[in-house]
Amino acid sequence: MKYMLLIYGDEKAWTVEEREQCMEDSTQICHQLNEQGKYLGSSPLQPVSMATSVRVRGGKRMVTDGPFAETTEQLGGYYIIDVDNLDEAIEIASRIPPAKKGTVEIRPIHELEDLPIASSAISVQESR
Amino acid sequence: MQEIRPTIESVYRTESRRVFATLVRLLGDFDLAEDALHEAFTAAVEKWPEQGLPDNPRAWLVSAGRFKAIDAIRKKERLNELATDLAEEAGPAEYEMEDLDEAKFGDDDLRLIFTCCHPALALNTQVAMTLREVCGLTTEEVASAFLTSPPTVAQRIVRGKAKIRDVKIPYEIPSKADLPERLDSVLSVIYLVFNEGYSASFGDSLTRADLSCEAIRLARLLLDLLPDSEVMGLLALMLLHDSRREARVDSKGDLVLLEDQDRSLWDREQIREGMELVERAMTADTVGIYTMQAAISATHAAAASTETTDWGRIVALYDLLLTASLSPVIELNRAVAVAMRDGPEIGLDRVDEILGRGDLTGYHLAHAARADLCRRLGRADEAISAYEKAIALTNQGPERRFLQKRLEELS
Repeated sequence: MKYMLLIYGDEKAWTVEEREQCMEDSTQICHQLNEQGKYLGSSPLQPVSMATSVRVRGGKRMVTDGPFAETTEQLGGYYIIDVDNLDEAIEIASRIPPAKKGTVEIRPIHELEDLPIASSAISVQESR
Repeated sequence: MQEIRPTIESVYRTESRRVFATLVRLLGDFDLAEDALHEAFTAAVEKWPEQGLPDNPRAWLVSAGRFKAIDAIRKKERLNELATDLAEEAGPAEYEMEDLDEAKFGDDDLRLIFTCCHPALALNTQVAMTLREVCGLTTEEVASAFLTSPPTVAQRIVRGKAKIRDVKIPYEIPSKADLPERLDSVLSVIYLVFNEGYSASFGDSLTRADLSCEAIRLARLLLDLLPDSEVMGLLALMLLHDSRREARVDSKGDLVLLEDQDRSLWDREQIREGMELVERAMTADTVGIYTMQAAISATHAAAASTETTDWGRIVALYDLLLTASLSPVIELNRAVAVAMRDGPEIGLDRVDEILGRGDLTGYHLAHAARADLCRRLGRADEAISAYEKAIALTNQGPERRFLQKRLEELS
């Protein structure tokens, strides 16, 4: 079963050093998960000050600065994992560093059958 | 031939939820298991009168239920992945008995409890599912116990089952590392069920008092399956509280305070069992919050009156409880115990300290405690104003009547 772990937290709660440590620890966990065949992808996101929101209403496109909602906790990154069940996903979620400061939301992925496998992802893998 | 009917009924009462627990594991789905359970008992009504009672009725029912479920899936020609998997596991269309040993049955009961109380489910869903699936209450009974409508309860259960299925909540006993946290979740569901029945004993509905019995029964089952000291502590706490049920309300249905209760009405058998459990639970390596509260309750139970109560011990137990779980409500209870030990003036200082922090200003019992201490100290004006605040914050009829009566005595 595939789950997405969405990392929410207050961006301002991290010092530069803490953020670097967090990235380092997270990277290690990703490698561990990958060795166990449980890793599908993950990435931190740049801060919400870099966000751009797009809406199309009545055929008209509206582009605005900022995230879709102003909240004290922001989406800061994600993991996609492939594990047996929710308890295993909870176990991994509680191990990733941002869980100590923010909230990790676990969402099962709704799998659609006819989606393509990203060709760019495959070529990146091959070129390595 | 007619004689086996009562036997089947008694087997249904004692075994149906446990057969259900095993069927959920074998079939991997709550709804399939529910249907299979009914099919199994239908088969029992047909077969047992001719064949006699099987040696192991539970194993027979599980086998029959599993067989019927797979058969039904085959018949419907819904040969999807699930059916194929199950059919492969089940092998030939015969009842298989060998893997249905007792140890596995016990684990299934626990699996069911832990799954229904999984923290990924909303608390009211956990409660509804536990009462429905573990205790076997009907949707109507659960609804009347919680003063909601049957469709609301049914919807909670449907949502709960859907979440269990769609997010893949495993049907497993939690790992050793997760057990304390997951057990907490189960214990709080049981305690919530108990309290709903206990505070509701003022009402006129009997079902709600049954709710406390159901919680006690559930804790007994859990203790049987998982001999943990906090399970023991919670069972003790509920038994000790429940032992005072008769004395808590007078003939008019009004609340009677602990100090005014007729202690001869306390259920001695429940007290004896509760105290024995507390003693055992207190010897554990880590003493949990339910055990500490049970120990406080046991100290009350051991005394013949408020005057002869060991208030020093109660204060000490509250101190212990505060180190485990810092909460202003516990602090308030401690303050009341301090007042009993050291006099109302010192107790009042403590209560004012808590109220002064702003923690419990919206909590009616904090004002009621303040009112009572002022009354004892002869500070009538302050008592009146505190009673008025408490009454304004109270929603519960009997408590309001009690406070009103005290207020009238002063005015």
